[in-house]
Amino acid sequence: MSETGTQTVRFVRDTMLPEAAPPASQSGAVKWLRENLFSGWLNTILTIIGALVLFQILRGLVPWFAHSVWNAQTLGECRQIIAETWGEGARGACLAVVRDRWAQWTFGFYPAHLYWRPVLALVLLFAALAPILFSAVPRRLMAFSALFPFVGYYLLWGGTIWTPVVALAGFVVGYAVWRALARRNALAAILLALVAALVWWLLLAGPVERALAQVAPLALQSVRSSSFGGFVLALTIGVSAISLSLPLGIMLALGRQSDMFLIKTLSVCFIEFIRGVPLITLLFTASLLLNYFLPPGTNFDIILRVIIMVTLFAAAYIAEVIRGGLAALPRGQYEAADALGLDYFQAQRLIVLPQALKISIPGIVSTFIGLFKDTTLVVFVGLLDPLKGITDAVRASTDWKGIYWEPYIFVGFIFFLFCFGMSRYSMYLERRLKRDHR
Amino acid sequence: METIERAVDTSHMKVSDEVAIQISQMNKWYGQFHVLRDINLTVNRGERIVICGPSGSGKSTLIRCINRLEEHQSGQIVVDGTELTSDLKNIDKVRSEVGMVFQHFNLFPHLTILENCTLAPIWVRKIPKAEAEETAMHFLRKVKIPEQANKYPGQLSGGQQQRVAIARSLCMKPRIMLFDEPTSALDPEMIKEVLDTMISLAEEGMTMLCVTHEMGFAQAVANRVVFMDQGQIVEQNTPREFFNNPQSERTKLFLSQILGH
Repeated sequence: MSETGTQTVRFVRDTMLPEAAPPASQSGAVKWLRENLFSGWLNTILTIIGALVLFQILRGLVPWFAHSVWNAQTLGECRQIIAETWGEGARGACLAVVRDRWAQWTFGFYPAHLYWRPVLALVLLFAALAPILFSAVPRRLMAFSALFPFVGYYLLWGGTIWTPVVALAGFVVGYAVWRALARRNALAAILLALVAALVWWLLLAGPVERALAQVAPLALQSVRSSSFGGFVLALTIGVSAISLSLPLGIMLALGRQSDMFLIKTLSVCFIEFIRGVPLITLLFTASLLLNYFLPPGTNFDIILRVIIMVTLFAAAYIAEVIRGGLAALPRGQYEAADALGLDYFQAQRLIVLPQALKISIPGIVSTFIGLFKDTTLVVFVGLLDPLKGITDAVRASTDWKGIYWEPYIFVGFIFFLFCFGMSRYSMYLERRLKRDHR
Repeated sequence: METIERAVDTSHMKVSDEVAIQISQMNKWYGQFHVLRDINLTVNRGERIVICGPSGSGKSTLIRCINRLEEHQSGQIVVDGTELTSDLKNIDKVRSEVGMVFQHFNLFPHLTILENCTLAPIWVRKIPKAEAEETAMHFLRKVKIPEQANKYPGQLSGGQQQRVAIARSLCMKPRIMLFDEPTSALDPEMIKEVLDTMISLAEEGMTMLCVTHEMGFAQAVANRVVFMDQGQIVEQNTPREFFNNPQSERTKLFLSQILGH
């Protein structure tokens, strides 16, 4: 800063300039069109081609939907209505099939007079999800979320009420054992609690359940797994597998990062094996091979087997997604947690996982969306998924023989609603958890 | 060289005979690389020690061994009467008594400033939340940022973050504080506010080990300067003797480079 410099550039403003509007060609729709559609000769050509393609698609789709028929009993009747209203050769959507058969797509072959049970289960599911998904809902409602799996099971499958109650009691037994021993030795308490719960479920639960059922025969009409189908089946498998695979995936991800050789090796082997095998292989294993290994006469519910396999499959992917989140955390976070004296579990729970999971949200939700869509693969083990199982049943009926596009568009649309909902939720969650640059 | 402008009140800076940290014949290797060689260092309660040396000399590794962020392979480290071995109980005990401040602050970005400060007291010391928050506010006032308590670390400047990190350590009521280049990632203006905080801590008689290049701080506050090179302690002395009358050639070279301009 020399003396001369400050003198030659001396300047003092005495009037402030008023705010002015930008030139017309640089604002509003004209600017947008120029920048986005016609910014050069190549882009102009691409815009025209794009507009033509869009026009062709809409020219087919718009009349098809505009001519749609919602009131008809058969495909023939539907086509007749279209021909009478719009003239011979007109094409239209026979969405009447949805109106006629929606119950089948929703409930499969679930007994019609019991439809209220899956509906109630769905309503309760939303109530159970609310405190988990939205922080504004009181935390205390989480207790209901924890109970929901048992309530949901009872509503869907029915049978004696003592089955879910006795299953729940297993968790209570395990918790009691853990509580009693936790102060003395944390690891032994966890192991003994597991053993106690397993002993309860495998040895005591059966007799206790039968005894209770005789004393107090409280039961709903039992519905067999083979009657399940449609979106009830897809949601049952999807929701169970999603809620089970996240905790399992977290454990696998932490196991893979562990310093303990055995835990690390087991986690790596599990993840790599599951990721290396197609889901269909696992489903076939669940439906066919397991029968060879289990004692003859064992009746191990097919939906339960499928849920287990889908859970394991998704958990392996979740584990890898979360590992990415763990790797993205700076080392300093671990060191700060250590330096403050937090132990391993405290550090993971309070410092590492909240941040790693936040980073992994897009990947986790992608995995969940994939999982939910993959539930349609259960058609290969004889379950009636909405996409192929139920649609084939509808198309095989004499009334709707020959219908093609409408059922798939309907099922696709419902899947889209669920998946789009999950995707929007993940974006909401990311925004809510954003902590920097606020 | 950063000069310390304020007068340092030395009335509470008393070095007692009680030993706080005893390191004897400690060695550490990274694979084949011998990072720390035969370290012997005794720190009495109330001492303010500045550790300096060229980069790669092992000074950070040395203080990170004191709370076992790094493991040593031979020799002995005794902190507050507890020897650091692979016994997790001892490690946790030492860590809850020794506070540490890092070069990159390492605040928890998903927690507010207040939550950063109350986390360890609540979960490690099992102190009730209300009491922990009171303590946290006390220390946040001390580092002069109580008004930021409900913000997140990402909203604070570097100097403020480092002061929060100091407050977070103090909330555990540690008897020893370790500083690992606390001002190296800061702008000159912010260095001053962090050094001020460290000086007031020293004035209250805290036992401190600081790895730092702030020689002004060393002259004003330290009662001993330890100079390291190539994983060894080359020279240690009072700051006056160390800066005015360095003994080894290596120290002279280092000082001429660091103070030369």
